[in-house]
Amino acid sequence: MHVVVIGAGEVGTSIAGSLASDHEVVVVDVDPDRAEQLKYEIDVLTIAGDGTSSEIQTAADVGRADMVIACTDNDQTNLVACGTAKTLGDGFTIARVKSTDFLRTWQGNEGAFGVDFMVCTDLLTAENIVRVIGLPAAIDVDPFASGLVQMAEFEIAEGSPVAGQTVSEADRFESLTFVGLFRDGELTIPRGDTGIEAGDRAVVIGSPESVQAFATDVAPETTPDEADDIVIVGGSEIGYQTARLLGERELRPRVVEKDQERARWLAEQLPKSVVMEHDATDAEFLTRENVDDSDIVVTALGSDEQNLLVAVLAKRLGVDRVIAVVDSPDYVTVFEEIGIDIAINPRTVTAEEITRFTYESVAENIAVLENDQAEVLELELTEGCALVGRPISEMVSEIDARFVIGAITRGHQLVTPRGDTVLQPGDHVILLVDSDSVSEITSMA
Amino acid sequence: MSWGVNWKASVGLLGVGIKYLAVTMLVPLVVAVAYGEDIWVFLVSMALVAGIGLAVERVDPDPDLGPREALLFVSLAWLAAAAIGTVPYLLAGYGTASTVGLQTGSFGAFTESIVNALFESMSGFTTTGATVLGEISTDQHSHAVLMWRQLTQWLGGMGIIVLMIAILPEVAVNGAQLMESEAPGPELQKLTPKIAETARALWLIYFGFTIVYIVILYGLHLAGMAPNMDLFNAIAHGFTTLPTGGFSPQADSIAAFSAVVQWVVIPFMLIAGVNFALFWHVLRGEAEIMLKNAEFRAYAGAVAVVTAVLAVMLFRGAAPPIELGGATQGVTENSLRQAAFQIGSLLNSTGYATADFAQWDTDAQILLMFAMFIGGSAGSTGGGVKVVRWLIVGKAIRRELFTSAHPDVVQPIRLSGRVVDEDAIRGIMSFTILYVILFAVSAVFLSLDAARIGTQLTMLESTSASLATIGNIGPGFGRLGPFGSYLFFPDTSKLLMVFLMWIGRLEIVPVLAVFISAMDSR
Repeated sequence: MHVVVIGAGEVGTSIAGSLASDHEVVVVDVDPDRAEQLKYEIDVLTIAGDGTSSEIQTAADVGRADMVIACTDNDQTNLVACGTAKTLGDGFTIARVKSTDFLRTWQGNEGAFGVDFMVCTDLLTAENIVRVIGLPAAIDVDPFASGLVQMAEFEIAEGSPVAGQTVSEADRFESLTFVGLFRDGELTIPRGDTGIEAGDRAVVIGSPESVQAFATDVAPETTPDEADDIVIVGGSEIGYQTARLLGERELRPRVVEKDQERARWLAEQLPKSVVMEHDATDAEFLTRENVDDSDIVVTALGSDEQNLLVAVLAKRLGVDRVIAVVDSPDYVTVFEEIGIDIAINPRTVTAEEITRFTYESVAENIAVLENDQAEVLELELTEGCALVGRPISEMVSEIDARFVIGAITRGHQLVTPRGDTVLQPGDHVILLVDSDSVSEITSMA
Repeated sequence: MSWGVNWKASVGLLGVGIKYLAVTMLVPLVVAVAYGEDIWVFLVSMALVAGIGLAVERVDPDPDLGPREALLFVSLAWLAAAAIGTVPYLLAGYGTASTVGLQTGSFGAFTESIVNALFESMSGFTTTGATVLGEISTDQHSHAVLMWRQLTQWLGGMGIIVLMIAILPEVAVNGAQLMESEAPGPELQKLTPKIAETARALWLIYFGFTIVYIVILYGLHLAGMAPNMDLFNAIAHGFTTLPTGGFSPQADSIAAFSAVVQWVVIPFMLIAGVNFALFWHVLRGEAEIMLKNAEFRAYAGAVAVVTAVLAVMLFRGAAPPIELGGATQGVTENSLRQAAFQIGSLLNSTGYATADFAQWDTDAQILLMFAMFIGGSAGSTGGGVKVVRWLIVGKAIRRELFTSAHPDVVQPIRLSGRVVDEDAIRGIMSFTILYVILFAVSAVFLSLDAARIGTQLTMLESTSASLATIGNIGPGFGRLGPFGSYLFFPDTSKLLMVFLMWIGRLEIVPVLAVFISAMDSR
């Protein structure tokens, strides 16, 4: 594959590094020194110049590229680079953006800006944080369809309210599907009357909100609810998105932001959160507002030094779980070594998402369950494939393979699968498949 | 840079408005013809007013208004309308015993008649409904003059400026500026990109409700369920219900009509207290906007609660069995009807009555006075402080209490899910305080001024006179009750009340802004 990476920052370098061994990679960066330096760090061709200019893109042979990845620090540059690339060739374009506005525009209009896949760094990071906060009871969580759908696997503990219920009793959520049940390591495809027992592992697919609500049913003790006190320190874009996503899951985080105008903006945007305008490194303030008694503290301030300070302070004051956003990948281990529970690096998250995307073929996204007994796949259905054009119930009875359709997204909208739902070309289908049937199913998509 | 106001532009535009006010006098003229009354009154009035309009227009034939000129224009427009409105009263009553007719016997009588006419006219245009007419009957006054009195309220209801923007292109040019200064309520809702279209939409809704209402009233008459509601009365009351006016050509107000009529009037009075922009949304099939509107819900809730409380009080005997209104003690239908009618009338500042509530027990009167403080909705034709302001004042106070315990918390105030601008909140707080101060100071002045001429006002009389005029409500308590009159006040008090009605209709701000800017320029 011929891959052009525009922007040789941490994200670009990390992506280029992981692709270099198997693919032909060209890296473009506006800084000649950086381009020169990278040439020796990893085995790629580098070009110094403006990645949005068609002259430089021609030099990078974008016209022949299978994939163009624009991952500079500037949203507009990335979008223009993708747009330019589309005029030169037919490669798959990926843009990294910070603004969720661009993401929303793109989601509403497939192919907008000439971008085929868009990764929003801050949103992705926030989604990661929210998964860590919201689903401590889950053994495994994976996002699908750019975050619209979640797959989660839960172990049903002794005394869980769900133990002893049937599947139809436990699955009382509109946009949630119960796709698999592992008992003693054996996969069962659950039906409505299948009983759930303690010790089982249940796999569900649905909207993140419904998965969160199900987690509350399965493990009411460990899953945070409205009564839990979550404090987000720093109203950066990541802090804001985290608060917003938590709000969608019926949690009520408090947000601390030093800047007056930003605090006001946050308070206006987050009707469900309490926003406080104060310097979070002030220990007296943290005690006064009982931050020391809170269950979870997330630090999302502008600099690593401040995040470190607040995280250590919160830990010392006795906060249960502290999650820190760390800007520099090198510090992630430092944070975790000194006792911060989880350190999340936005650039690593972005690079991983983009890299993962480049690996995948027909099946866009894969999660492997229970020693490869089953896989959860995301398939994009093509025109004329064997899965489209008829109701799901009819299809299931005809295909001799063990699989359950968990969720469908159509034009970035979640569609809950029912027996009479008819799949259409262009739909993204998230399904659980017995490992023996994976090749059969992917060949049909 | 000059701080002065280009008064010529404001006055020039005023001429345009005055000119067209002459045209509206065609309505009483037609009535005069129909009843075979003297048509010279309105013919002369029309000629006179048109002449004044054309003359004033020449001060500035091509007016261009800035923000200060717009404020001045709006303030002057209401004053001018009230002044022009006196012409038919003075002419029609000339030489008779009418309290508003021009008297030339002595200088005192001369000034008193002019003040009376101005009071009646201002009370009309500002939809207050307080009267100095003395005896209200067609024996004393012609049908045409009584209809003119009703018409002034209808013209003033949705706002004469809004009407001018809707139909006069000369005024529409400066529309947005003007409408913000006049439309009741803290915030102008532009429904369409063009301000003239918004104004037209509001007036059409207003007009539509008026027509429907008149048809229903006259329909009841034809069906034999409302013997007194003839065509004259149907139109006359159609002119004063939707503007929350309160004038009636009947001395007994709505008590002159059957219970069925009273039940029909109640919903239309309540409609008049709702933001008309919400009806525009309903007509476009967006009824949920109305149902989710915080102010509408608060208004409906306040009406329901206060009505229920009053109905219980009346049922238990808070009203003596009086001639008008009848017995309510132990009578469910009448208790409910009297409670709903009086609250529907006073809460949103209409001022009709079906019972002489001035004779009710004090506890019931205090409850009515409380209702008078609430006011209609922003963007309705009602007066008073307005429900939306009370909502925001309440939320601001709650926030103040919360932030004194948590000084770092940033908490925007939301209304129907939308954030309210901090500047707007400050404006609303100062408006409300100013309103209360003006109300209190004026009550004191009215008491002292009455004592000066040897009349003692009761506590309820002085406070209700102040509140009923600044809130554009109309009737008060005691001698100012729904079947009483403001006639006995001295001229100075009447002039103060003219000022209160004027400033209350314009929601204080434009008038004071003009005064303050004039003082600054000195």
